[in-house]
Amino acid sequence: MSSNVDYSIINQYAVDGICEYVTVRVMDQLFGIPIRQVREVFTPDSITDVPLSASEIAGVLNLRGMIVTAIDMRVRLKLPPLPVGANCMAVGIDDGQESYCLLVDSVDEVMRLPVDSWEQAPITLDDSWAEISAGVHRLDRSLLVVVQVKNVLNFSKNAA
Amino acid sequence: MDELLSEFFSETIESLEVVDVELVKFEQDPTNIAGLDKVFRLLHTVKGSAGFLGLDRLGKLAHATENLIDCFRDGAEVTDSLVSLTLEAIDKFKWILEKLGDSGEEPEGDDQEIIDQLNAISDGLREKLDAGKPGTVSLNPEDDEEIQKLIKELQGQETSSSQTQVNLVDEVPAENTVKTEASAEPIKQEEEKAETSAKKAPETKADKAEAASTESKGLKSTSIRVNMDTIEHLMTMVSELVLTRNQLIEIVRQQDDNHFKAPLQRLSNITSELQEGIMQTRMQPIGHAWQQIPRLIRSLNQQLNKNIQIEMIGAETELDRQVLELIRDPLTHMIRNSADHGVEDSETRIAAGKTPDGKITLSAHHEGGHIILSIADDGRGIPVEKVADKVVRSGLATEAELAQMSDSQVLRYIFEPGFTTTSEVSSVSGRGVGMDVVRSNIELIGGSIDVSSKLGVGTSFIIKIPLTLAIISALIVQVGDNRFAIPQTNVDELVRAQANSEHRIETIDQTRVLRLRNRLLPLIDLSGILRMKSDQELNDKNENEGFIIVANVGNRLFGIIVDAVYHTEEIVVKPLSGPLREIDFFSGNTLLGDGSVILIVDINGVAKHVGSSASIETDDLAKISDGTDLDVSTSSMLVFTAGSNEPKAVPLAIVTRLEDIEVDRIESSSSGDVVQYRGRLMPLVYVNESVKMLDKKAYHVLVFSDGDRSMGLIVDEIMDIVDDSFEVEIGSDEPGVLGSAIIDSKATDIIDVTHYVGIAFSNENVKSEWGHEAQARSILFVDDSVFFREMLPPVLRAAGYAVTVCDSAKDALTLMENGGKFDVIVSDLEMPSMDGLEFARVIKSNPNYNKIPMIALSSFTAPAALAKCKEVGYISHVAKFDRHGLISSLFESISGTGVAA
Repeated sequence: MSSNVDYSIINQYAVDGICEYVTVRVMDQLFGIPIRQVREVFTPDSITDVPLSASEIAGVLNLRGMIVTAIDMRVRLKLPPLPVGANCMAVGIDDGQESYCLLVDSVDEVMRLPVDSWEQAPITLDDSWAEISAGVHRLDRSLLVVVQVKNVLNFSKNAA
Repeated sequence: MDELLSEFFSETIESLEVVDVELVKFEQDPTNIAGLDKVFRLLHTVKGSAGFLGLDRLGKLAHATENLIDCFRDGAEVTDSLVSLTLEAIDKFKWILEKLGDSGEEPEGDDQEIIDQLNAISDGLREKLDAGKPGTVSLNPEDDEEIQKLIKELQGQETSSSQTQVNLVDEVPAENTVKTEASAEPIKQEEEKAETSAKKAPETKADKAEAASTESKGLKSTSIRVNMDTIEHLMTMVSELVLTRNQLIEIVRQQDDNHFKAPLQRLSNITSELQEGIMQTRMQPIGHAWQQIPRLIRSLNQQLNKNIQIEMIGAETELDRQVLELIRDPLTHMIRNSADHGVEDSETRIAAGKTPDGKITLSAHHEGGHIILSIADDGRGIPVEKVADKVVRSGLATEAELAQMSDSQVLRYIFEPGFTTTSEVSSVSGRGVGMDVVRSNIELIGGSIDVSSKLGVGTSFIIKIPLTLAIISALIVQVGDNRFAIPQTNVDELVRAQANSEHRIETIDQTRVLRLRNRLLPLIDLSGILRMKSDQELNDKNENEGFIIVANVGNRLFGIIVDAVYHTEEIVVKPLSGPLREIDFFSGNTLLGDGSVILIVDINGVAKHVGSSASIETDDLAKISDGTDLDVSTSSMLVFTAGSNEPKAVPLAIVTRLEDIEVDRIESSSSGDVVQYRGRLMPLVYVNESVKMLDKKAYHVLVFSDGDRSMGLIVDEIMDIVDDSFEVEIGSDEPGVLGSAIIDSKATDIIDVTHYVGIAFSNENVKSEWGHEAQARSILFVDDSVFFREMLPPVLRAAGYAVTVCDSAKDALTLMENGGKFDVIVSDLEMPSMDGLEFARVIKSNPNYNKIPMIALSSFTAPAALAKCKEVGYISHVAKFDRHGLISSLFESISGTGVAA
């Protein structure tokens, strides 16, 4: 089976057969955000709520004079919200034009993973997960879901 | 090459590129009318500019091409060969342009051949369009072949010229740059232009252009050319600096005795100055956009054989250069329109008793964050009837719709696409492109345009545009836990609403209104429309407290309820990110001094939510105060409750005032309750007994006055003022109720005020007070409207007349033929089948009746209508809601004919 794996999706993130990820946790699940798309990691404070916006949008915040739109990954993945008072972390995304950040439970380390530990996401994965994942890496003790950033930002049409 | 020419040159090249693209797009998708309109407009602009620069060849060619495009716009079928022909014409155009760029003059020779072809084809198409009217028209195969042949010929001819073209491409841009560079005065704007021309140069020629500018460095210059992007970047950085400074100040403020204080103060001052300086680099006197105008007028004078003077006031008024650039074209367009359509030629002016020289006045001044531009001429004015006629013919509105509009509303149709009043098409203007482009350009930069015109006196256009697009003054407000910025330009006033003050919030069902200077202002709860609270929370909220921001959008007023108002702040508008842009209620976001992000409320978006019925139109209010200009079918109704939850209504026009009267001021007299009001006793009447039962501190009272007599009608709650068309649908036997009507989609009782007047004064009293002298005279009252048949006769009866009511002129005539005798006839003018004028003619031609005085009732009081009434024999003309006028007219008519009768 593994000989049939189509690596074209993952190869766009790989350099010399190695993919580098900023790993984050959302409800105990490990996700990897391709490092080239990460601008920075920061602790968000005072997020301004935007009334009438899609539920995925946690609000807008000030990142050193730049207005950044924050996307709540828990909502995006249809998971229960963080308990009140719990801290979260933000991963700033470089989208080329507009500034976004993803709110996650916590940020772990940077991981370098070989392409051959990757395979496509299981076809049985829930739609909201399947949509934003660019496959899965098999780690020793767990699985790491690769985040397809442009799809994460592409929720507005689904929300409607 | 002079400055105007070089500008024309670069602009036209750009336009032609767009034309190429759009034409091809249109060929592929003939339903893309918007693209075609764009082509048409661009060509129109080129034609106009060429015309006033005296570029005859280009002007003629553009005119012919434009004619053809116009046929497409009107539905002629587009074939490949036709598009090719058009493109050939465009190429020819470019060729002439290149020559022009080279020598500064149009090349010798003419383009008669291609113009003739274009004209022949468009004439053919036009004929077919006019003949075949519906659907599309296609050329027959022979025609098409002919075009093909033609194109081949043309192409043969082109080969020689395209050779020249190649050479020209090398020369032109560099030449252009050198010239403009050399003549560069120390005016930023001119540099701008040089910059534009340089940008226009094809990429490959960049080296050459650069070489050219190096050459010109020898010239002494006190200014340098700075890329707009650099200034924009500086602007952004300064904005950030301001925000950071504000943050620092916030921190230092929280600590006493801080040795950062002094240096921070300095930093603060320097930052402010820096900000001002950078802003200044973006500001330019509006005179820059006016530079071309005298020349434009001069050439228009020659072209149109008129004598027009131009007066420019306030040329030093400064505004953001981005805005300046955007208004330049609309302005030129409007001047051209005024000169062509507005100002008459000398003979006409002398005949009309005016000075032989016409005048166009251009003025600018600042007004609260906006610049107000006015373009006024002293010409013939815009004939409203012609506009209305054209509106109906072009299907923009129906006659019925127009009948309900005020003159100024009708005039605004000149801004609609495809509208023009001139029947002939001139080379200067008059094709119906123009005003719509002007409006859309102005609206694009957040401005607005309005027109006012007086027949024979002149027309003026008022344009209101924001000073700058980047920084606005905004009011910071709080709703729930969120703060929002509301642009100051939309805020008329702030009102603190409190339960016991003059201004308080009142509720009808779930809708809240504010009593503001005796008017009801519809209110919107910001937290409600932003769905920040559940309905339950909204209801629980103390409804009588809060701040009301009285917002003004267009001519509409409404109030926005917020929890708290802080201060005004200059904010830097930053665009919203993609997914947030869809929310209508926000126009952007910004950073505050404390570093938090806040959203900027888009008042226009909020206004859309209000809808047109709920808000007060300032126009309408003006109308009501006249009391004369109300239309039958749409009236403003004051809606209130009394005794029950069902709404009741009276025409607002007959209500004199709204008052609150405390219960302890009400005194009882033998004839009922009275109150001391303006030094007199005013009888009070309760709409029904249940109103009286309510335990209240004060009553809401509608005051009706007639002459110097007033009465008060006590109601529960004033709900709203509704502008609606309504028809009294069900008559009622209940005293005091005329019938029911659907107002604001609710069944509403229309109150018969005269019933209560009767109660208030007791009948014999009424007769002497309300009429002049009670005379048992008989009146024939003719009106097709149920509402007025119900409303006015009781008033007349109360004044002591015997009234017979007819619902049509025919009925009235039958009645008279059957022996009905009347002392006066009061008739409506607008009636179906036989109108009031016709009715009068019939009466006046019958020797039996022609002595009976007739009074016309109408909602129109235009002088022309009055004259017509007199002509057919009405002795006077009274506006429908003017009861007082009606009664005095009746009195005069009867005493005047006393001898004859």
